[in-house]
Amino acid sequence: MAQITLPWTPKDPEKLRAYRAKAVKLLFGLALLQLLTAGALYTVFSIGVPARIEDWKVIVVVLGVLGPAAGFGACFLGGLAVILYRQIGAFLRLPWVAFVLFCGGVVGACLLVWAHALLFDFTKHMLEKPIGTTEVATDLLGSGLVAPLTVREIYSEIRSVIPQPLAAYLLWPLQFDLVRDLVALAGIIGFVSIVPVFGIWWERKVAGRIQSRLGPMRVGGWHGWLQSPADGLKLIFKEDFIPPEGDRILFRLAPYLTFVPAICAFIALPFAGAYVFRDLDVALLFILAMLGIEVVGVILAGWASNNKWSVYGAMREACQMVSYEIPMGMSLLIPVMTVGTLRLTAIADAQGDGFHSWLLFRNPFCFVAFFCYYVAALASCKRAPFDLPESESELVAGFHTEYSGFRWSLFFFGEYAAMFIVSGLAVILFLGGWKSPFPESWALQTGGPWYQDFVARVLNGMLLKEGPILFILKAAFLYYVQLWVRWTLPRIRIDQVLYGCVQVLLPLTMLVLLGNTFWILATKHLELGWVDTLDTIFHAALVILGYILVIGMIAIAAYGYMNRRRLVGTLAVDHLPGA
Amino acid sequence: MTELVLESRPDINADLTADQIRLEDLQTEEMLVNMGPQHPATHGVLRVVLRTDGEMVLEAVPHIGYLHRCAEKIGENVAPYQYIPYTDRMDYLAGMNDNLAFALAAEKLAGMELSRRAQLIRVVFAELNRIASHLVSMGTYGLDMGAFTPFLYAFREREMILDLFEAACGARLTYSYITVGGVTQDLPERWIDVCSEFLDYFEPKIDEYNNLLSFNHIFVKRTANVGVITPEDALAFGLTGPVLRGSGIRWDLRKAQNDLGYDEFEFDVPIGEGLKGTLGDCWDRYYVRILEMKQSVRILRQALARLPDAPGDAYDKRGKTMKLPADEIYYELENPRGQLGFYIQGNGSTIPARVKARGPSFCNLSVLTHIGTNCLLADIAAIVGSIDVVMGEVDR
Repeated sequence: MAQITLPWTPKDPEKLRAYRAKAVKLLFGLALLQLLTAGALYTVFSIGVPARIEDWKVIVVVLGVLGPAAGFGACFLGGLAVILYRQIGAFLRLPWVAFVLFCGGVVGACLLVWAHALLFDFTKHMLEKPIGTTEVATDLLGSGLVAPLTVREIYSEIRSVIPQPLAAYLLWPLQFDLVRDLVALAGIIGFVSIVPVFGIWWERKVAGRIQSRLGPMRVGGWHGWLQSPADGLKLIFKEDFIPPEGDRILFRLAPYLTFVPAICAFIALPFAGAYVFRDLDVALLFILAMLGIEVVGVILAGWASNNKWSVYGAMREACQMVSYEIPMGMSLLIPVMTVGTLRLTAIADAQGDGFHSWLLFRNPFCFVAFFCYYVAALASCKRAPFDLPESESELVAGFHTEYSGFRWSLFFFGEYAAMFIVSGLAVILFLGGWKSPFPESWALQTGGPWYQDFVARVLNGMLLKEGPILFILKAAFLYYVQLWVRWTLPRIRIDQVLYGCVQVLLPLTMLVLLGNTFWILATKHLELGWVDTLDTIFHAALVILGYILVIGMIAIAAYGYMNRRRLVGTLAVDHLPGA
Repeated sequence: MTELVLESRPDINADLTADQIRLEDLQTEEMLVNMGPQHPATHGVLRVVLRTDGEMVLEAVPHIGYLHRCAEKIGENVAPYQYIPYTDRMDYLAGMNDNLAFALAAEKLAGMELSRRAQLIRVVFAELNRIASHLVSMGTYGLDMGAFTPFLYAFREREMILDLFEAACGARLTYSYITVGGVTQDLPERWIDVCSEFLDYFEPKIDEYNNLLSFNHIFVKRTANVGVITPEDALAFGLTGPVLRGSGIRWDLRKAQNDLGYDEFEFDVPIGEGLKGTLGDCWDRYYVRILEMKQSVRILRQALARLPDAPGDAYDKRGKTMKLPADEIYYELENPRGQLGFYIQGNGSTIPARVKARGPSFCNLSVLTHIGTNCLLADIAAIVGSIDVVMGEVDR
């Protein structure tokens, strides 16, 4: 294996070893010093603290104790990293590492769910209880409202629950909006980076299995799980080519215009009731507007490349996205109209009582609207069979023909993030958002012994009640359907794309919109007995249809899996590992 | 041209009223686009210059010659058995058939008779390679239409055929297995069983391709009524092979001439019937290839059943010392892409005086200018794919 040598790395292995030993000694020495400082300061400050605390002392304690403590952590980790430098590379290549990481991820998710449930319970308890004379705002972490508590009040309240003074100090920054925003922003950016990285690897694995192949198998050991990061690294190191005849400024600007709106849309996309950066009351319009900006970047990319194929791709994208935004927006209006709000959290809350209460099954018009929305979303995300702007066999690579390296990967970040956003929107608007498919009464009771409480909280958060994990799983399923469609269907032609929009989808969504209006009018305002009966019958029929769809899908998958030898053919199964 | 365009633009400073705006001022410009020689849809190094108006293609002119390797001139410097390796580099997707066409032409000129065993083996390999070639054609056609998966399925099956070829001759692309005087070596043990096993596996797969691709609604919408070649046009342009039969003309040299003993096998010649659109559209040409694979399987089953009892040697040593009489011959054979013809002129020595090939892809490509007008840009990919050219044979 080729060793990566940085320019400042000494070539002589003896020297290198000496440097490394020195670095380890230095880092561990620093860590020890920091630890001693933190301990000393803590001892000094904590004298008299439990009795009475002044506001200035809090800051001093935080700065004086936490600063050195963090420094200790950093130095200690640095020292460990230097020691493990050689081991890490070899370690990552071991086949069981991915498995351990996977199990660790599952355990970590469980622990996170549990910890968050506890934290939410704690803040709720703290806020519901009136402290002193201060009015307390509700839903501390949820709605972005600042709880107007003084530090002293919070401290005294926390002290009553957590006896350790340090833990209490650690918790109080959570009161500030800024801290919450920073944490949420880090979460969003982290998630947006993970989605394409994981999504591309997943897409390649899915494509592989659909095509009797294995997909990536080498990088990282287990099923090529490091393939996407490795590709990303390669892209960063690639030549940064700008066509000499192109428009340099617009060429550089275009990738950001597709990437940034996709991230901005995440600002308003709620992952669960409290897991939203800003719970806008026009969240749906905001996300649609952000997705609409993407087309500008694509047109700019095509134009600035000074390449005829790029211009073709850009023009196709322009006419395709502009025309499909209309049916997409119209079919999104139907759940909005049914619930009566544009706030996404409120729309999801209206579908809280399990599978039956999902808007998809609310009435026949919602059912049709879901499929209209999904087709229009495929088109506006330029996914197959609507991938004309980048259709390989016609336009070489479409609008990003001239792009390479990191700029090229930004387009993909934007595309995969947009794929997740449209799937997430569909989940929130039609499939119950982050609510469980089971009725509310199935949720387990919390409280009791700690182990029962742990299990109840984890199960509630992951399956039975609500939580971001449920939302991500549902969105991932719709995302998977996009992959599935892409690797199965041929691409349609530009005139057929426009025909499908203007002559089929647009009239259909208009009809559905009109029908839904009358349906709501009849069921909610007219109070006619037979209308309500009809509504119940349709609702029941749609729910039964939903059950049939789910069971049918599982049955077909199981049948295909069990009979794959016969279906694929013994010869292929014996010859090809992926068949 | 540039000045003309500038002059025709409206003066933006003039205050135009609605009736002063003329239609000429609003019209779009035509654009010349180079499709290829490095373009994913042109299957090699074909360069098509498109005159387009937006998405409409007004004219498509193929430019060829990027892969010219003087293949015919080489034939005038080497003995026929030495020329065999050059022939399978012409149509590299159907090397066996190319070998066979030249070997038969040379043998006919020299008046050589082959054993029944060699003939049967030749039929088996010609038909297997026909299947392999049609599989590539079908897969890449799906790729042109944006469907990735059929391509991989087709290659999965083709891979098994290549394994069979490798077992027989050691090569996977340029075989030189069929040579002047028969085939270079007899079949290895159990080859016939393995081949029958493959046929049992392969035959149901054809229906799978039909379900996945041929009758896919989007695929039909993309290919039916596109690039229509009328039967009259097909004859006028001298088209052969599936492109001709797709236009509804039942002409197959395997039926029409009887050099390899095809008359002892039962098989049909499928033709396009305009099932999904007009007779002679891209879908018809595509579907003829699918049906031909089925017929090839039928021929193969019959040939494999007769092979174990066939008498004689697989290779005749006279092939290497064969002298060509001072005579000439033009001989055509039904290849996967059409009729591959070889003209050989002998002068009494072992080396021919003149060799000339008639490539089916070359002749079939000539129709592109005719049908590639007034269609959409995406249709050009559909048309080029349905003609199924191999540039190695066009340029030679």
